[in-house]
Amino acid sequence: MAEAVEYKQIGSSPVRPDGVDKVTGRAQFGADLMLPNMIHGKVLRSPHAHAKIKSIDLSGALAIDGVFAAISGADFPGGVPDGEVSGEGGGTLDDVAKNIMARDKVVYHGHAVAAVAASTPHLAEAALAAIKVEYEPLTPVLDVVAAMAEGSPLVDDENFTKLPEKPANPSNVASVGKLERGNLDAGFAAADLIIEREYKCPMAHQGYIEPHACVASMDETGRGTVWCSTQGHFEFRAATAKILDRDMADLKFVATEIGGGFGGKTVVYLEPLAVLLSEKAGRPVKMAMSREEVFRATGPTSATVARVKLGVKNDGTITAASAWIAYEAGAFAGAPHMPGAMSIFAPYDLENFCVETFDVLVNKPKVAAYRAPGAPQSMHAFECALDEAAQQLDIDPIDLRMVNAADEGTTAPYGPKFPPIGFKACLEAAKRHPNYNAPIPAGAGRGVAAGFWFNIGMQSSAEVHLNENGTVMVIEGSPDIGGSRASMCLMAAETLGVEYDSVRAQVGDTESTGFCNVTGGSRTTFATGMAVTQACEDVIAECKKRAAMTWGVDADQVEWEDGRAVPGPGVNADVKPLSLADLAGSTAKTGGPIQGRASVNAQGAGASFSLNFADLRVDPETGKVDVLSYTAVQDAGKAIHPAYVEGQMQGGAVQGIGWALNEEYVYNDAGVMENAGFLDYRIPVASDLPMISTEIVEVPNPSHPYGVRGVGETPIVAPLAVVTNAVSRALDHRMTTLPLSPPNIVAALEDN
Amino acid sequence: MAQVTFPDHFRSAIGDVRETRIDAANYRDLVIKLKENWPQLAPLLERTAVAIDGQIYQDAFIEPLNPESEVFFMPRIEGG
Repeated sequence: MAEAVEYKQIGSSPVRPDGVDKVTGRAQFGADLMLPNMIHGKVLRSPHAHAKIKSIDLSGALAIDGVFAAISGADFPGGVPDGEVSGEGGGTLDDVAKNIMARDKVVYHGHAVAAVAASTPHLAEAALAAIKVEYEPLTPVLDVVAAMAEGSPLVDDENFTKLPEKPANPSNVASVGKLERGNLDAGFAAADLIIEREYKCPMAHQGYIEPHACVASMDETGRGTVWCSTQGHFEFRAATAKILDRDMADLKFVATEIGGGFGGKTVVYLEPLAVLLSEKAGRPVKMAMSREEVFRATGPTSATVARVKLGVKNDGTITAASAWIAYEAGAFAGAPHMPGAMSIFAPYDLENFCVETFDVLVNKPKVAAYRAPGAPQSMHAFECALDEAAQQLDIDPIDLRMVNAADEGTTAPYGPKFPPIGFKACLEAAKRHPNYNAPIPAGAGRGVAAGFWFNIGMQSSAEVHLNENGTVMVIEGSPDIGGSRASMCLMAAETLGVEYDSVRAQVGDTESTGFCNVTGGSRTTFATGMAVTQACEDVIAECKKRAAMTWGVDADQVEWEDGRAVPGPGVNADVKPLSLADLAGSTAKTGGPIQGRASVNAQGAGASFSLNFADLRVDPETGKVDVLSYTAVQDAGKAIHPAYVEGQMQGGAVQGIGWALNEEYVYNDAGVMENAGFLDYRIPVASDLPMISTEIVEVPNPSHPYGVRGVGETPIVAPLAVVTNAVSRALDHRMTTLPLSPPNIVAALEDN
Repeated sequence: MAQVTFPDHFRSAIGDVRETRIDAANYRDLVIKLKENWPQLAPLLERTAVAIDGQIYQDAFIEPLNPESEVFFMPRIEGG
């Protein structure tokens, strides 16, 4: 079991190895690669939110000089690609294939219907204009509640709700989920106070700065390489191969530097198109989305409607809680409704609860994972209800949560008993934080809310090579989104007993390192870190063998201390310790190069809890909200690189604040998004916010050699309710519908 | 015998059965016996997470069970 111990490398915050390249512009992102004879691919997208495709004529595009290839759904293999995709709601590869290129029907505005490759981007756009598509428009359904109503237009005529018995009729509800325990009626009857409200969260995009981009270069034998901006190049390779019915061994995928993903780059959009176009054109093809395409055709997270009922005793004890939550999936099944159901009550020890969730099709882009998929929406609803209860009972909101807090041994709402967790430690840290003990500024409101995410393990591989001079090279298969190369170097340095500066890390392509699942689920520092640690232990074992050989003793007489092989008790005292450099310098004589490797399917990921609070002020005339201070407290298990853990906490807080205050997709009645750009889809900028204060709590995860829990997703969960609760208290009026943008606040106050 | 609890989304395969007890030395044996009892569970068991005595496994295989073990099947979590 990991203990809170002093480390020499872990817990420091060195500069990231990719930092200089990124600030100087030298780093190669998805759209930066240039190859000889490379041409440019573009996608033709549907002008309708819902329509049958009657015909597609590519001949006009192909007749243009300089246009090398054009494709439509007819160019994809027939049959149904077998398999499921990573990400919360899952979904099938068949759906992914139809999402990246429509076949006989378009199901959202911006749905791809054809693609071309031409010598210049402008010529490719001209070629798109020469493609003739004949549509038969259908009525779109754009609202989750309307989509659930009987008689609603159907997004998919073949969608039947997954139930024990197949329903008689298709509907827009793809699946339902339910978790329950105890006796709700008895619980509510025992309550002194009942809170019952409906809450709404809008669609929100991950807002990564780098749009999707890739380059594919295929040869005449069907083999080729794809460079792409991805959270998981192994899984992109598999998805591309299956969608195109190819042997994945013929495809090499290289993960470029990535300008953000947050879950949105766990699914393919462009890569299979680029491969097809490159094959047809006989040239490398670059494809890069515009920001508008990112908004119109890549996965946001679900809009939700949540109805919550909460029963509380006067002392703050929760007697019962129920929730009904509908999640928009977009045009294909796979909303993150089950993680939402599993998260909503996770921080609390409840006797009586029930949560029902729904995965609902609408004519909008298919949702994709976004940090802690499904949890921000569900927990927003419950954390707001808790705050209202605390306010009505005149109980400190942290104290109310402490009364009900889950701890080690609590049975989680989703079944198992919690191992050691840090929720109470977060509550205690927040309660004593100077910001919490500072007076609330005049006219402001203070919002409090909890966050939670499960975190995961899954498969990772790593190799560790000892260079000739004793320095160390780590090869991992996890794309580095949040500074993981630095964390891998720190764990390698700690395990080997050497300095951080003597270790380098690189993300290997699909042909140069072992399989890794996506960088997602807050799993990389946990799982890939476990692989790196084990690979270093492999190196140490080999070094001890080489030292034993050198000294003429048995390997078990050699110990490893501070990066050196040292003689164990009883070995000739004249033997001098051998450093990594000494051992590396003699490998030719002792058996060849030294390397370690490890592949793991990491189990035992530890849940991460948080408690956030903030002071916000609202101008009641304009509805403008100012964030005066924001504090995030979170259990990291063990912060390998504290500055990057704080960065995750700050980034998640900012994304959550933006979702709560301004971000939303504005659709017209025809299903066309009217704010598909960062000018009108407003994410926070630096001048909007104060520095986000952070406090890292460390309750080690006993299943990881250094106690890591994973920190990337929990930070976005609490802010939605923190903001809503602060605004509600500032206005003395309970707000329930996000975003709390100026027009929405003014409208709510006028209605009041 | 291990106490086994099924999630709501297993209803499509096993109806309203929510709990059972299975005598199995490890997870692999437990899965074999579940498939014998409910063959229609097989595809769901291929893609499920499971908590064994509080420890969550995305891909359990031969994890040991004891007579007091608590086994909760649950949806896979992947995250973003």
